[in-house]
Amino acid sequence: MSNNVKVNDFVVRFANVNGTGSASANTMFAKSIFRMGIPMTPKNIFPSNIQGLPTWYEVRVSEKGYLGRREGVDMMVCLNPQSLERDVESVKPGGYFVYDSTKLMRKEHIREDITYIGVPMMEICLRVYSDPRQRQLFKNLIYVGALAKLLNIDLETVKTVIADEFKKKPKLIEPNVNAMMLGVDYITEHYPEPISLRVERRDLVGNKIVIDGNSASGLGAVYAGATVAAWYPITPSTSLVGAFEKFTNKLRVNKETGEKNVAIVQAEDELAAIGMVIGANWNGARSFTATSGPGISLMNEFLGLAYFAEIPTVLVDVQRTGPSTGMPTRTQQSDVLLCAYASHGDTKHPLLFPSDPKECFEMMADAFDLTEQLQTPIMVMLDLDLGMNQHMSEPFVWDENRMYKRGKVLSAEELENSKQFGRYLDVDGDGIPYRTIPGTHPTKGSFFTRGSSRDEYARYTEESPAYKRNMDRLTKKWETAKTLVHKPEFYQEQSTSKVGVVFYGTTTQSAVEAMDIMKEQGVQVDGMRLRSFPFDASVEQFIESHDKVFVIEQNRDAQCRTLLINELEIYPKKLIPVLNYDGMPITADYIYTEILSKIG
Amino acid sequence: MSYIKPKFRHPELPKNELGFSKYDYEGVISTLCAGCGHDSIGGAIVQACYEMNVQPHQIAKLSGIGCSSKTPAYFLSNSHGFNSVHGRMPSVATGANLANKDLLYLGVSGDGDTASIGMGQFVHAVRRGLNMTYIVMNNGCYGLTKGQDSATADAGSISKAGSENHFAAIDLCAMALELGASFVARSFSGDKHQLIPLIKAAMSHHGFALLDVISPCVTFNNNDGSTKSYDFVREHEIALSEVGYVPHKTEITVDYNEGDSKMVELHDGSYMQLHKLSSGWDPTNKTSAFNKLHDSRTKGEILTGLIYIDTESQDLHDVIKTCKTPLNKLTEKDLMPSLDALEAINADHR
Repeated sequence: MSNNVKVNDFVVRFANVNGTGSASANTMFAKSIFRMGIPMTPKNIFPSNIQGLPTWYEVRVSEKGYLGRREGVDMMVCLNPQSLERDVESVKPGGYFVYDSTKLMRKEHIREDITYIGVPMMEICLRVYSDPRQRQLFKNLIYVGALAKLLNIDLETVKTVIADEFKKKPKLIEPNVNAMMLGVDYITEHYPEPISLRVERRDLVGNKIVIDGNSASGLGAVYAGATVAAWYPITPSTSLVGAFEKFTNKLRVNKETGEKNVAIVQAEDELAAIGMVIGANWNGARSFTATSGPGISLMNEFLGLAYFAEIPTVLVDVQRTGPSTGMPTRTQQSDVLLCAYASHGDTKHPLLFPSDPKECFEMMADAFDLTEQLQTPIMVMLDLDLGMNQHMSEPFVWDENRMYKRGKVLSAEELENSKQFGRYLDVDGDGIPYRTIPGTHPTKGSFFTRGSSRDEYARYTEESPAYKRNMDRLTKKWETAKTLVHKPEFYQEQSTSKVGVVFYGTTTQSAVEAMDIMKEQGVQVDGMRLRSFPFDASVEQFIESHDKVFVIEQNRDAQCRTLLINELEIYPKKLIPVLNYDGMPITADYIYTEILSKIG
Repeated sequence: MSYIKPKFRHPELPKNELGFSKYDYEGVISTLCAGCGHDSIGGAIVQACYEMNVQPHQIAKLSGIGCSSKTPAYFLSNSHGFNSVHGRMPSVATGANLANKDLLYLGVSGDGDTASIGMGQFVHAVRRGLNMTYIVMNNGCYGLTKGQDSATADAGSISKAGSENHFAAIDLCAMALELGASFVARSFSGDKHQLIPLIKAAMSHHGFALLDVISPCVTFNNNDGSTKSYDFVREHEIALSEVGYVPHKTEITVDYNEGDSKMVELHDGSYMQLHKLSSGWDPTNKTSAFNKLHDSRTKGEILTGLIYIDTESQDLHDVIKTCKTPLNKLTEKDLMPSLDALEAINADHR
């Protein structure tokens, strides 16, 4: 076996039953590898259910630093008899199947091309523990210990991870370490030979952090000065507002009085959530909501109001698999068109596409500036994979001298010295008018906000020229938006290939890996990562300078491709879709195989 | 056709304590039908705000969609207004209120906007104790789409087209009472004497104040057989009390007979003075209020006046413990955590 050893390059998958406490054990396993200085990426594959159904957790270890999902399981850790048959099948030839050998493995589940490692976890638990809850929870630690030993993970590192996990309940540290050691001892005694998968300490993660995109976004909202959050629970966005609340409890509460510099309201539905956000922004507070596809569908009417009445609004869409209820706990990038053109009538909205937690943090903060500068809704487009899974990321950075960009808001003094305030008057020629906040001046600056047609002075009108002038000004504002939103990222100093690839959000990790694989195979392509909509001139230039452009995304209908074609008037056949829409994060293998088969 | 409201005002127009004349509280000219009850309510709002000595820009007026929701343009032009989407004014008002607790929030809605499409949001705004005055201009029909029955139309009421409504009416006052509203009143657009003090009291109240104002639709629901026509309401209105409003700066010298009158102190120190006309009713007792509403409904009467008040009520800000400074006045200094805090968060995730 020794000539075939995989060092720091393999996938371990855990098959658990949800609600059994396995999640934290799995996280400790992944964290231990990260603490040994090796890049890794964990993914939680879970059901829309609270207790009793199969759930999987996958950890990809990659010395090369590839963080996308990879097909093929090198080691399966099976704790769930329900999914055993499928789990046995999913192991790559030559791989390992770790299972609870308290019960015998049935003959029909024995494959000749994989190695079985039985650890009698339940038996050990029954022998050592008497409390049923302990028997359940410590079983998780036993497999963590067994894996650590099998994979050569440094035990002292595992112990520090356990200690951190139970920082707030220090009494639990020792019993958990002991349970972990039960697994270690069993392997030492029964499987002393090294296996072909190995972890070796490296120094490859620097000062990187591991965090989920929802937490990063919630923190971004705190630093950006959000004071009002209104929301309605929906997977996979719920933990974003949860994180915002957790951070504000720490950072925005007066320790002496208990008073909060923030208001968080769980609304009665998504319609009310977005209504509250619009009301708060109208009244000068920075406010946001987070939801997923079904919530966006409900918010459509209000989004049209915010667009037309020009009210700042920050909305995070943590996309999940649609349509309708779809697969609520699986990932997709399938709300792109819905969000870009949300609501009836001629509407369009800027979108931001973060691709890792650091960018979630930054774009969330930037969204509050952009929405006030542009006086229009800004949508931050995460997806379940980015939002709910942990990702290795550069640490968060903030400029302490940063001032919030509040846009064109007139103060009492400015109103006092102005002649006639026109809420929808294009004073500066950029399509962005000046606004006033209620309560600013006793006799100047008040206006009537409405979703119906009005003139430059916010007076109701059904006069066609006035209506058209206003719509044209909104188009001008859209052009201004192109200069303010985030520029795309290019993966080469200069385009050298005739083939380009375009991607965004969580497709990035796998797309970058696929480009590397193709390069190794002698196929050079140029890459562009979209970071926002509307597209600026550099997006158009990139597409123009290539004969063929692959647009890689995670939805069935090639939505971003449609958006490019529609907004930039690109000849459709030039843009070749590469699509993954089965609910699982896209892989590099899939991308390069698709591209190579279509490259012609 | 457009109407221009003359800008000329008599130079000696009386002024309130803040130096504002009634003109400063008015809006643009109404485009509603002549004789519409809603315009009388708008007039009462102007009068109430003028008499209360409120700075006009300290009020934010919000509405949904419908004839009623157009009215905020016709009063308080010096206040910011927000005509939102149909049935969703409560959520917009909630957000606005969260952003700045120091303004007075005046929500204007109709029976369609509140009792049908907006029922969900209405219910939750009441339940949260949002500090606002919520006026329903209740005419029992959809005026802007030409007279369809609304959910507050009484069963058996005949529409202008001659058809009978078969469904039971939703009683917004009873509902708000059940949901925990701390101020519940009903009035009639044709009764300024009662309406103006009720508006003032509602605006002085800390918490959710519902004012259900029966406001006949002259065009589509003022026919024989309608239970929300001017004639019907005038004949069937039963007032609980004669209402007076005493500003907090005024010494209470109003004389009243012990037993038939009640002075209710409001949050800002002003008083509501009630000359009771109805026995067996106490506006601070919820059970008594429920019984009175139920009795009058059974008798086919339209009960008006202050039905219930809880002078100790808390609002949403009290419950979620927001800081004293309005959230929209906080700056980078108040809101931006330190770099050390960020570094600690980074360290927690290594």
